[in-house]
Amino acid sequence: MNRYFCHLTGLCLLAQTALLGSALAEDFIIVQSTTSTQNSGLYDALLPEFKEMSGIEVRVVAVGTGQAIKNATNCDGDVLLVHAKSSEEKFVADGYGLTRSDVMYNDFVIVGPASDPAGIAGRNDIALALQKIAETKAAFASRGDDSGTHKKELSLWNSAGIDGPAASGSWYRETGSGMGATLNVGIGMDAYVMTDRATWIAFGNKGNHTIVVEGDPAMFNQYGIVDISPDRCPNVKTDLADQFIDWILSSNGQDAIAAYQRDGQQLFFPNAK
Amino acid sequence: MPEADIVQLHDGAEPNPARLIAKLENVVFAARSRKLVDGLTFSLRNNGITTIMGPNGAGKSLALRLLARLLLPMDGYVHECGLAARDIALVFQKPVMLRRSVKGNLIHALKLHGVNRRERPERLAELLRMADLEHLSSSPARLLSGGEQQRLALVRALAAQPRLLLLDEPTASLDPQATQAIEKLVMQASNNGTKIVLVTHDIGQARRLAFDVVFLHQGFAHEHSPAETFFTEPQSLEAMAYLKGELLV
Amino acid sequence: MQDIQAAFLAAFNLIVSLDADLFEIVGLSLTVTLSAVAISCLLGFPLGALLAISRFPGRGMIVVFISSLMGLPPVVVGLTVYLFLSSAGPLGSWQMLYTPTAMIIAQTLLVTPIVAALTRQIIEDLNGEYSELLRSMSARRRDILSTLLWDARYSLITASLAGMGRALAEVGAVMIVGGNINHVTRVMTTAIALETSKGELALALGLGIILVLLSISINAALMSLRTNMERFAYA
Repeated sequence: MNRYFCHLTGLCLLAQTALLGSALAEDFIIVQSTTSTQNSGLYDALLPEFKEMSGIEVRVVAVGTGQAIKNATNCDGDVLLVHAKSSEEKFVADGYGLTRSDVMYNDFVIVGPASDPAGIAGRNDIALALQKIAETKAAFASRGDDSGTHKKELSLWNSAGIDGPAASGSWYRETGSGMGATLNVGIGMDAYVMTDRATWIAFGNKGNHTIVVEGDPAMFNQYGIVDISPDRCPNVKTDLADQFIDWILSSNGQDAIAAYQRDGQQLFFPNAK
Repeated sequence: MPEADIVQLHDGAEPNPARLIAKLENVVFAARSRKLVDGLTFSLRNNGITTIMGPNGAGKSLALRLLARLLLPMDGYVHECGLAARDIALVFQKPVMLRRSVKGNLIHALKLHGVNRRERPERLAELLRMADLEHLSSSPARLLSGGEQQRLALVRALAAQPRLLLLDEPTASLDPQATQAIEKLVMQASNNGTKIVLVTHDIGQARRLAFDVVFLHQGFAHEHSPAETFFTEPQSLEAMAYLKGELLV
Repeated sequence: MQDIQAAFLAAFNLIVSLDADLFEIVGLSLTVTLSAVAISCLLGFPLGALLAISRFPGRGMIVVFISSLMGLPPVVVGLTVYLFLSSAGPLGSWQMLYTPTAMIIAQTLLVTPIVAALTRQIIEDLNGEYSELLRSMSARRRDILSTLLWDARYSLITASLAGMGRALAEVGAVMIVGGNINHVTRVMTTAIALETSKGELALALGLGIILVLLSISINAALMSLRTNMERFAYA
């Protein structure tokens, strides 16, 4: 009796899922994107507006930039919206993407504990700040996950003339996880963390961490959008994807980005050309 | 399985010996390189109740399992005359009750033996009446008393309308009243033409039921006599000692 | 401590306010997990039972193999299913990645070994008791399987509950193949992971509390069903 109960319930649910599936088979696209844009709540603000206008549902898969590009290379998406300009350009050059456009920017900041063991609070020279962290061997938590943020961090260490990752395991700590998880770890171990400003403003578990370094032009964080090439990926919905890209680059889309605020602060600054 | 020719039984007890239903011939069976039966030979006539007696470890249960085709002989032959597997039923000392109601146990057996849905209620009622379990038909079988469980096991075996019914010490753990009920069922089945082979340690029971007795000791049939001669003048020393209650080693 | 209090408050608020998003997420969690468990039962019960009553060369190895699959990391299963369902993968044309169906497939792969391994153990024990009886009743293999499965039905509920626990709790597989897409493939565990990564620890834990409550209700319901029917059928 119970065995059949189990089976019958399952079959009903399966049928239900099938129906669910078909009901959802309307117009939708998949955007491979980054955790920073999702965690900050930007998509929750933008997408309903776009759907209202176009009738197209946008499904966001939020992973690290590295994985997002990998997934898009596997044709598991229609649009790529990430923040690692050189990787995006390579993606287009390799024939996976059609065109890449600037969408918006914000900046990276270093957050650190109130005790500020490296004594870098209030500085705006990122190279100097990283040197001080290395000198004092103050704990620094890195994404270590090949994401856009991680790549940016590595290039900043490089510019500062320090091989931070060489100290991995001592004061330099690679979490190998997303921005939020890395912030949780950094806050738990009183470490400095480099994060994009949007994620930080929206982050709910700040502990006694505050922004210690900001404002260096080297910490500029550019987001770009790429439509995936139908030559490489025959299943891609180029038409719908381009509608979304056109909208986000239009004045309507750009205004919506500019209008999105958390705690009274603007998180992203539109800069489509 | 090779079928034996119809062979005459040479005990001379019956002026008109019935036909054989089964025969074990030089059967060898070993487990873990220890021979449990070695050269076991005896024949079973087509009618009546044959009891198999003998001390523990004599190979009685093994002989039943060979007859039931649960085990295959390693050497020698088990002949069964025109019996299909479904013509043979086996009842164990400790009844195995399915985790179902009394009725459920019987219906399971009827289904297995291909009794069609329309005939089942009638057969079921008959079996319940035979076992005197009508009032318990919906109770979980595993909640019955030992005697009730064994009655159920017996009629469940009879549900197949077997031609050969093998009983392995069916009353060993029952009180006299429950034993009597089982014996009544066994005699009834025998009267209806089912050949019965009964393994028992209960000499009184063997005297009450047996037509003939096979006496096993150390995996070998020492004697096969009609009941009246077995109990009064056993032919083998082993059987004599056993009947006197001496310990056989 | 503050976070933990806040978590219970968050859970309480979500429940009493009949939060629509919460109900959607809980609904999808149940749909995915119960479907996966049901398919796993359909596959695992007969597979485990067959393994329990069969003797053939290599059987021992298969038993060990299935038992060790019980410990498969969900992430590995998720990744494998992703590679198959990805547009670049062999089943890419099915267009199933990032759908609830993909999540059901991944969880079925996780749960079937659990159901099969536990079923094998349960049926093997019962067969020890039933084997001679059923063979003496000249039952065919099919009859033996169906008798054993039916008579073990109450123990098999426990096997399916073990599988359900695993499916309801895992996040690694559904995250990868579902993508945690809002309103499409977001389930309890991926929502908890998301809220954690947003630093909304109280809300994440609140969702966790609701997940535990859900799990307790399902287990309690099935166990009481089991106890009641078992009392009726056998002791």
